[in-house]
Amino acid sequence: MINSSTISAKCEISFTVNGERKTVCAYSMERLLDVLRQHLGLTGPKEGCGEGECGSCSVLMDGVLVNSCLVPLLQAKDAHILTIEGLAGEHLHKLQQAFLDCGGAQCGICTPGMILAALHLLDKKPAPTMEDIREGLSGNLCRCTGYMQIFEAVADAARQITR
Amino acid sequence: MNDNAIVGVSVPRKEGRDKVTGQAQYVDDMVLPNMLYGATVRSEIPRGRIRQITFGPGMAWDEFVIVSAKDIPGKNCVALIADDQPCLAEQYVNHPEEPILLLAHPDRHALPKAVKAISIEYDVLPAIFTMEESERCSEIIWGSDNTFKMYVIEKGDVDSVWAKADYIVEGEYTTGAQEQLYIENNGMIAVFDPGNGITVWGSLQCPYYVHKALMNLCNLPAEKVRVVQVETGGAFGGKEDYPSMIAGHAALLAIKSGRPVKIIYDRMEDMAATTKRHPSRTRHRTAVAKDGKILGGTIDFTIDGGAYTTLSPVVLSRGAIHAGGPYYWPNVRIRAKAVATNVPPHGAFRGFGAPQSLFAMERHIDRIAQVVGLSPIEMRRQNFLRPGQTTTTDQSVREPIDLGKLLDRALELSDYPSKKERFAKENQSRTMKKGIGIAAFLHGAGFTGSGERYLSSVVGVEGCADGSVRVLVSSTEFGQGTKTVLSQIAAETLGLRYEDVDVAPADTMEVPNSGPTVASRTVMVVGKLVHSAAVGIRQTLKQCGLLGDSYSPEEFRAACRNYVVSHGEFRSWARYEAPPDIFWDDQKYCGEAYAAFAWAVYIAAVTVDLTAYSVSVDDFVALQEVGRVLHPVLATGQITGGIAQAIGLSLYEKVIWQNGRMQNSQMTNYIMPTTSDLPPIRVFFEELGNIHGAFGAKGIGELPMDGPAPAIANAVEDALCAPCDAVPLLPEDIFDVLAARSRPEDEALSADGCR
Repeated sequence: MINSSTISAKCEISFTVNGERKTVCAYSMERLLDVLRQHLGLTGPKEGCGEGECGSCSVLMDGVLVNSCLVPLLQAKDAHILTIEGLAGEHLHKLQQAFLDCGGAQCGICTPGMILAALHLLDKKPAPTMEDIREGLSGNLCRCTGYMQIFEAVADAARQITR
Repeated sequence: MNDNAIVGVSVPRKEGRDKVTGQAQYVDDMVLPNMLYGATVRSEIPRGRIRQITFGPGMAWDEFVIVSAKDIPGKNCVALIADDQPCLAEQYVNHPEEPILLLAHPDRHALPKAVKAISIEYDVLPAIFTMEESERCSEIIWGSDNTFKMYVIEKGDVDSVWAKADYIVEGEYTTGAQEQLYIENNGMIAVFDPGNGITVWGSLQCPYYVHKALMNLCNLPAEKVRVVQVETGGAFGGKEDYPSMIAGHAALLAIKSGRPVKIIYDRMEDMAATTKRHPSRTRHRTAVAKDGKILGGTIDFTIDGGAYTTLSPVVLSRGAIHAGGPYYWPNVRIRAKAVATNVPPHGAFRGFGAPQSLFAMERHIDRIAQVVGLSPIEMRRQNFLRPGQTTTTDQSVREPIDLGKLLDRALELSDYPSKKERFAKENQSRTMKKGIGIAAFLHGAGFTGSGERYLSSVVGVEGCADGSVRVLVSSTEFGQGTKTVLSQIAAETLGLRYEDVDVAPADTMEVPNSGPTVASRTVMVVGKLVHSAAVGIRQTLKQCGLLGDSYSPEEFRAACRNYVVSHGEFRSWARYEAPPDIFWDDQKYCGEAYAAFAWAVYIAAVTVDLTAYSVSVDDFVALQEVGRVLHPVLATGQITGGIAQAIGLSLYEKVIWQNGRMQNSQMTNYIMPTTSDLPPIRVFFEELGNIHGAFGAKGIGELPMDGPAPAIANAVEDALCAPCDAVPLLPEDIFDVLAARSRPEDEALSADGCR
């Protein structure tokens, strides 16, 4: 339960980001997006609209794709969060490589969220149909590509991952 | 020399790795020590005199830095074409959202409350919001007649054609405002110190536009103004002129506070206050012979410029020159006019006037076809421009373009003939009506007329101390692939590997003015200059005896290093020179309007759902001749992206205005296409080459914006047997189209004109 005292006062909240345990002192109703960007310096998630329409701030929270501009910090307590910064190891993730190869990233501002949405899709559906890809990415807007090369990238990565 | 071709190959995007890993730094990702956040207090009325500004109670105003027009050290204007737009309104406001005051505070969350706590009283003046009101001059809001600019293009003797005509066909066509909707909102950071002057980092297209604006506004010499473009999250023309305004605001706050200031717009502010595509109205009156040949006609093209001049004269010019489409007009008079209204100024958006006037042309050609009794295919075939003929500005078509062949290929790729027949048959018995439509068009690359000569762009190529090569341009990367393609051009010219070349940051302290990143000019015009400057590097190394006639990339690197060791800085420059056969008459508005045109035929197949009045595009074929494709993946991405935006313009994106204010300035209620809304977009290229472009390239960035709206409107007309002469076509508009069809006065047309 959220009561008024937890809303108005700063508090310490811990969660795991990209495999590392973090504790921040912040308002419990602060947007997860601002906490990631401003407190933790993880600027991969972007603010495009601030109302959950564009998906540029997408992160995975306990494996679920969320718009971090709509998540109050308190909700992330003890959660496992993955941002784009946590995806590549020594090498790029196959999705990242496919976005590079297929032209899935143009201006790049939607790319972190788009790749995480694609990751979430492939997690649920390792061999997605074109309809699955369209549906899976429908919460993430891209103004540059017209999406076609993003679809190619996701299909390409899916083939490589399941191979 | 390197045998591996680089041009024509889809090499990895230069900044691609940073983008897919989230490492790319956009302006809002930058934080400077001791930085303040800035906000803008804007006009809430369309027109009036500012009477009083009150700072409301309950705010610690001494914590805020407050800037008004009185704090401007130089000239209070956003210097561009005319100096009529103030950076901050002083006495009068001329549109809603016009900036009046600036605030800065260390806590960005303190700003929205403070902006709300300021109340401004006005003596309200009457305002006008439509082109018709502006033309009537019932209120004069700009100059002596509300007109920013007029052009007349005259060819042949149009007054003589009416008597000879078998048919005279008239039509009026309109297009709406459209928001660029780059996913990264506008933003800028400014720092000032008296010794070094002002530095800004921002999301922008044209560093030297901002540079010029800041020199004027801050009263500083060129060397005391530094503009750095950081990673830019989409622009599409929307970051061509308005960043000069935001940079000015950030600079004024930085000068007054002595601290770094960051201004980041949120989505609502960005959509409501910054520029959009010009709404347009085009009237055609055309004299046609029995066989469908156009004898001549008049085209009246009018655009709504909003409250200040900004880029409207240039948008108007491109729209006017493209108004005749890819057709041969023996006689034509094009009258073009940009008028003032009390709405925020409209500005650049991909296509820059051409999508508006080409929408009209391509709708009108279908209308003429109906009247004459020809198919849309035959009507176009009869009138296509052919090599040796001249455009409306008397420019000779010198390249061997065969538009008939281009059309044939597009018809085949889209399966047009069989779809056309099948849809007509099946539509009779169903509520999901299908239709198919064509658009044929052209797009001129580079600045219009004498524009490139005036710009006189300069490009540098540098041989670095480590033997690598850097391209020095102010041409910016905002997704199109500027860095990648210019690197390809330099690497190919020098026989180097792609990895050996990079593009210097777009920082006015570092790079020359290669002109603005607009007008589909970067690859064609700037790329050609990169080629020339790179040739200069190679020649210098050869003349110094450091490089033989053939060499490996390693030998080149060694030669380059040696040159720098013995001579110091190693740079080669190239300045634009107009080709001798390109002439443009600014007075008569005729001549070679563009060094090259790209040509295209697009075909859209649609379904109109008569229960929901909604339109969806089922298939989209885009065939274009673009000179030479230098990077297939990037080129295809430009085309699909442009088409998606144009499908938005056609079917989804509608700005709702009330008293000059945008009412739907959110992504929730201004709808751009999602992954679910778009058809498969099938892209095909023809490559004829182009002597004026690097390695034969033509500009392609804007081309795909021109064709989809008319192709879709023509397809909707095909489905409904009712003319669609305005975009966007949202369900309420489809409802109106159908309602108009059932009105008696229109029955004659639907009976004769549609199967």
